[in-house]
Amino acid sequence: MTLAALELARDEGRIAPFPADQSPLVIRELTVSYGDKPAVFSLDAAIEPESMTAIVGPNGAGKSTLLKAALGIVPRLSGRILVFGQPISQSMHRIAYVPQRASVDWDFPTRVIDVVLMGLYRELGFLRPVRRHHRERALACLDRVGMADFATRQIGQLSGGQQQRVFLARALAQNAELYLLDEPLAGVDAATEKAVIDVLKTLKVEHRTVVCVHHDLATVGDYFDNVLLINGRKIAEGPVTTTFTAENLQKTYGGRLATAHIDELKLPAAS
Amino acid sequence: MFAPFLDALLLQAGYNAGLVTVGAALLGIAGGSGGTFLFLRKRSLVSDGMAHATLPGVGLAFMVMVALGGDGRSLPGLLLGSALSATLGLLAIEWIVSRTRLAEDAAIGAVLSVFFGFGIVLLTIIQTMSGGYQAGLEGFLLGSTAGMLFQDALLIAIGGGLIVGLVFVLRRPMTLVAFDTEFAAAAGIGVRRIDLAMMGLVMAVTVIGLKLVGLILVVAMLIIPPVTARLWTERTERVVLVGGAFGGVSGYVGAALSASAPNLPTGPIIVLVAFALFACSLLFAPGRGVLAAVIRHRRFQWQVHRRQGLLALAREEPILDPLTLSVLRKEGLIRQDAVVSEKGRAAAAKALLDERRWAIARQRSEDGSLDSHWDGLTPIESVLTHDEIAEIDRQIGPPAAVR
Repeated sequence: MTLAALELARDEGRIAPFPADQSPLVIRELTVSYGDKPAVFSLDAAIEPESMTAIVGPNGAGKSTLLKAALGIVPRLSGRILVFGQPISQSMHRIAYVPQRASVDWDFPTRVIDVVLMGLYRELGFLRPVRRHHRERALACLDRVGMADFATRQIGQLSGGQQQRVFLARALAQNAELYLLDEPLAGVDAATEKAVIDVLKTLKVEHRTVVCVHHDLATVGDYFDNVLLINGRKIAEGPVTTTFTAENLQKTYGGRLATAHIDELKLPAAS
Repeated sequence: MFAPFLDALLLQAGYNAGLVTVGAALLGIAGGSGGTFLFLRKRSLVSDGMAHATLPGVGLAFMVMVALGGDGRSLPGLLLGSALSATLGLLAIEWIVSRTRLAEDAAIGAVLSVFFGFGIVLLTIIQTMSGGYQAGLEGFLLGSTAGMLFQDALLIAIGGGLIVGLVFVLRRPMTLVAFDTEFAAAAGIGVRRIDLAMMGLVMAVTVIGLKLVGLILVVAMLIIPPVTARLWTERTERVVLVGGAFGGVSGYVGAALSASAPNLPTGPIIVLVAFALFACSLLFAPGRGVLAAVIRHRRFQWQVHRRQGLLALAREEPILDPLTLSVLRKEGLIRQDAVVSEKGRAAAAKALLDERRWAIARQRSEDGSLDSHWDGLTPIESVLTHDEIAEIDRQIGPPAAVR
């Protein structure tokens, strides 16, 4: 289904919303530290349901750490994480995670379709055999990111953008309600950027929630509804139109972002 | 030499030799399949640390059994001791890595040498202990098959079977953890538990391999077969299968070889057979082998020179590169005196036309999706349909003749 068709279906109420009406992700007073250096300090945030949120901040601002802490895969020093109103241990199956592409060894002996099938691990478990309908679902996910023709390729043969799409397909296979993506658009080609954003938009139409660590300030306004500006601490959160302002960006990046650069972004006027 | 080897291969070289051969094959299968995930997790050397850490356990178990008035040489007792001390070694390595700033390689080096040193001290003490026990514990260093009993072979068979079964049960979570630890954790896998289970498998292989190949060489059974298998396949489950097969063959053939002549040590011969399989694979494996890579590179180089040569001919530029000239000559595109042949004219015209087609195709494609194919070697026919090319050709106009 195309994005437009999906949007029509949603507007006519043909896509059922998920039952939860709580916020998909609430973070309270989160502090995460590596050694004695806090990477994320006393951070509060709440993600709006069925929205697309960008987490934006300079290098080392704790963006990835924030995602990993929200998933419970890095230990927290303090704070609480609620996913759809429940502790992470009970709601992990409702989250899909797309790690940074560079975090894995792409020379691993596996094929594209096998990577996507990893997304079905919760269903397959240790021993259940991979049946044809599993494979077909994995292929459908690959098709959504335009990679169906690559299903039997070894993953080492893919370009960076194709690798990113395979990671996204694996997350689609998880069929989750909350999607956490770590820099899905970093270093990808234009075709992949478009494919990824289109898929993320369809996720939103399907009543799912998308949170992306995002590095490209120029596209925040085009792609996202909300923005969470952090630099260790939270600087600001809210709709892009009111929050993604020159003033807040200056606060987030400090002197690292030249004023001239901010001017180029055509931001909404500071309110 | 050959007749005894054949006898040994067919298990006709005597009862003891037969036991050793079958045991070595089973150990090889267990090591090859169990070691695959260790290799994919990039933690192969931990097994070396664990293997060396078995020695003090062997010594202490002997002392305890003697102190309790039993036979110090009981194999199950010694193996239990070795397992406990290997576990301690593993925990020491993990503790150092997680609680200090030392990297894993330093931790392995430290634990390995300390445990091994302590084990050697214990063995020396045992040798001088009152009663003059001929303990034969030093056989655990490099393996000794002389006194192999049926029970010992049975132990290896049961242990090996358990290991292979566990590898089968845990293959999915172990694959996920090895490929993408963070995703595995987010998918609800207890990464630490899976890692511990994997190390448990490695320890089991080490312990049942002590008697046959010895603690110094048992790592070879865990590392070499998976590395060899990786050269042949691009799929995890096949690395496990092929790794097990290579391990089994190494064990079987190695043990048979060592049984076919006096004074050939079993463990080291098995390792050498495993290495021979690795060396052949490294050279001749399709895809990842050295020879295949050389051929691929040569073929690629040939295509590049052919292409550049044709374009130079079409543009009437001089060709100076001797390799380009030689490629064009061998393909009959130019004559010995460097004059373009009829075939060369046609090929050059086609090359130039394709360049123009590419330029237009790239201009037309907005998203840059063609750029990854625009390497000068991909035939445009493999990327665009016949109709698309015809459409482009209409824009180019009639081809210019190459003189």
